Amino acid sequence: MAAFLFSRFLQSAVLLVIVSIIGFLVLYLMPGGPLSQYALDPGMTQEDIARITEQLGLNRPVHVQYLDWIWGLVQGDWGTSFRDGSPVTQVIARHVPATLLLMGSSTVIAVAIGTWIGIRGATHRYSGFDYIATVGAMIALSIPTFWFGLIGIYVFALRLDWLPAGNMYTIGDGSVLNYLHHLILPSIVLALVHIAIWSRFMRTATLDAISQDFVKTARAKGVSERRVVMKHVVGNALLPMITLAGVQVPSLLTGALVTETVFTWPGMGRLFLDSLGYSDYPVVMGLLMFSALLTIVANLIADITVALVDPRIRLA
Amino acid sequence: MSTTDFTVTPLPRWWQNRVVRKFFGHRLALLGLVMIALLTLACIFGPYLLPYDSLYIDLRARFAPPLTGDHYFGTDPLGRDIAARLLMAGRISLLVGFFAMLLATILGTFIGVVAGYGGRVVNAVLMRLVDGFLSFPTIFMLLALAVALQPSPIMITIIIALTGWMEVARIVEAEVRSLREREFVLAGRMLGLSQAHIMIREILPNCMGPIIVAATLTVARAILLEAYISFLGFGIQPPLPSWGNMLNGAQQYLGSAPWLAIIPGAAITIAVTSFNFIGDGLRDALDVRNDNF
Repeated sequence: MAAFLFSRFLQSAVLLVIVSIIGFLVLYLMPGGPLSQYALDPGMTQEDIARITEQLGLNRPVHVQYLDWIWGLVQGDWGTSFRDGSPVTQVIARHVPATLLLMGSSTVIAVAIGTWIGIRGATHRYSGFDYIATVGAMIALSIPTFWFGLIGIYVFALRLDWLPAGNMYTIGDGSVLNYLHHLILPSIVLALVHIAIWSRFMRTATLDAISQDFVKTARAKGVSERRVVMKHVVGNALLPMITLAGVQVPSLLTGALVTETVFTWPGMGRLFLDSLGYSDYPVVMGLLMFSALLTIVANLIADITVALVDPRIRLA
Repeated sequence: MSTTDFTVTPLPRWWQNRVVRKFFGHRLALLGLVMIALLTLACIFGPYLLPYDSLYIDLRARFAPPLTGDHYFGTDPLGRDIAARLLMAGRISLLVGFFAMLLATILGTFIGVVAGYGGRVVNAVLMRLVDGFLSFPTIFMLLALAVALQPSPIMITIIIALTGWMEVARIVEAEVRSLREREFVLAGRMLGLSQAHIMIREILPNCMGPIIVAATLTVARAILLEAYISFLGFGIQPPLPSWGNMLNGAQQYLGSAPWLAIIPGAAITIAVTSFNFIGDGLRDALDVRNDNF
């Protein structure tokens, strides 16, 4: 177990270094680099820009700048927003809860529905239900999230008037119920793709578990089929799902960005897009690095959880 | 009159191929293939047959609902014919999807083969690079790159490929690693064939099945991604239409002109679903190990 943890932590650390290099290269590609916001300012001459470049050390060799930048990141200095001058870490922190709320609620929906479809599809293999679930999942994976969001708004907000068309709450109404009411549609929209993914993985994992010897043993002992499925099969099939939850984080963030745009949800995705619009590169870079960090940490937590739950790794 | 001179026409050779027959026996894959063929033909020839040009602005005909006169799918906020725009946009979206797939597959296959066949260090470096790229949410990376580089259609194709090669690389790497110790590869080494020859001529042809399947699914992914960034305004730039940027701005007219949103989105969904169906059929036909679908 200790050896496993050590190698897993090391792996994450290496990955962090690689991710930071990729991130820095993207930063380097940005038009005009860090001073682009001033390049078009009539108050600044070419000489001023050259002098500031010198002062800020932007003319140093690339690897020196990289080490400087990464050292800043480690110390919590993620730069300041071009837009309002506040620290990038604060700007991001303000927008994280909304995104986590959206990601969390749609994950709950996706896991609940997806696992159920997957188990049922596997226990009733090649049935009508299984066929429809398979084809349905392929179609669900093909629907652009933003389009599904627009259709959802059109039907449930504009035509039926059951749900709000956007925003996180009605101004002046901070009740939990109001938040929940606003959360329903975006969560379902974001969940659609993930219901499809969870149901397919759960189906495969359940089929794998069903063919195991311990299931035959349980059946031979005369355990009821319901108990066999619920205890022996699902219990084992859920294990790889923990890994899947970690792997899904980048795809959830991608979906969240698009969903937040359609529903004017004040989260990280919305912030990313706004910052791109304002050429606020420090925030763009901060979000890029933060999202990668979130992915790496989520995968690490998922793998450690599996190790703790699975006696084959825990006792190794 | 003679009654003996009839001949049995043998089935064409390609039909006797097991893979081909299996693929054509897959109903959804066949449906996907027909849809893509129709869509492609419509996008190539359709614009010449329609009465309106995709860029012709007619402010008197703004917001015409579908089936108004010759505007089969209605008109947009500038009075341009949506049917004509949809087909012209289809050309862009399908081309971007196809070439992004081609680039991503070539890049992914190259890295996968080198990583799978190379030594431990090469493998570790390349596969960690794959993990690194996979750690970024695709859309965040795509948007950052789209802003950094000028979003011309060619650049969009390149950056979609740059964020989409990792899956192929992983699949190819796993496949190559399982093949590299097989007898025919050992025989090749014994014969003194060069590393490049073994990688390209001996191993690569044996990985074609998984590569073809992954490539088909990559087209679907690339079309979706182009739609995402164009919808957000950072992809294909107007006046050039793409399925994604036709949806850009559709949200504000959702109440009064819902067809602006419904029609291009339906085109994207149909195209992407079709490619996913084809990919599924190819996976069955080529006997590629089916992990989750």
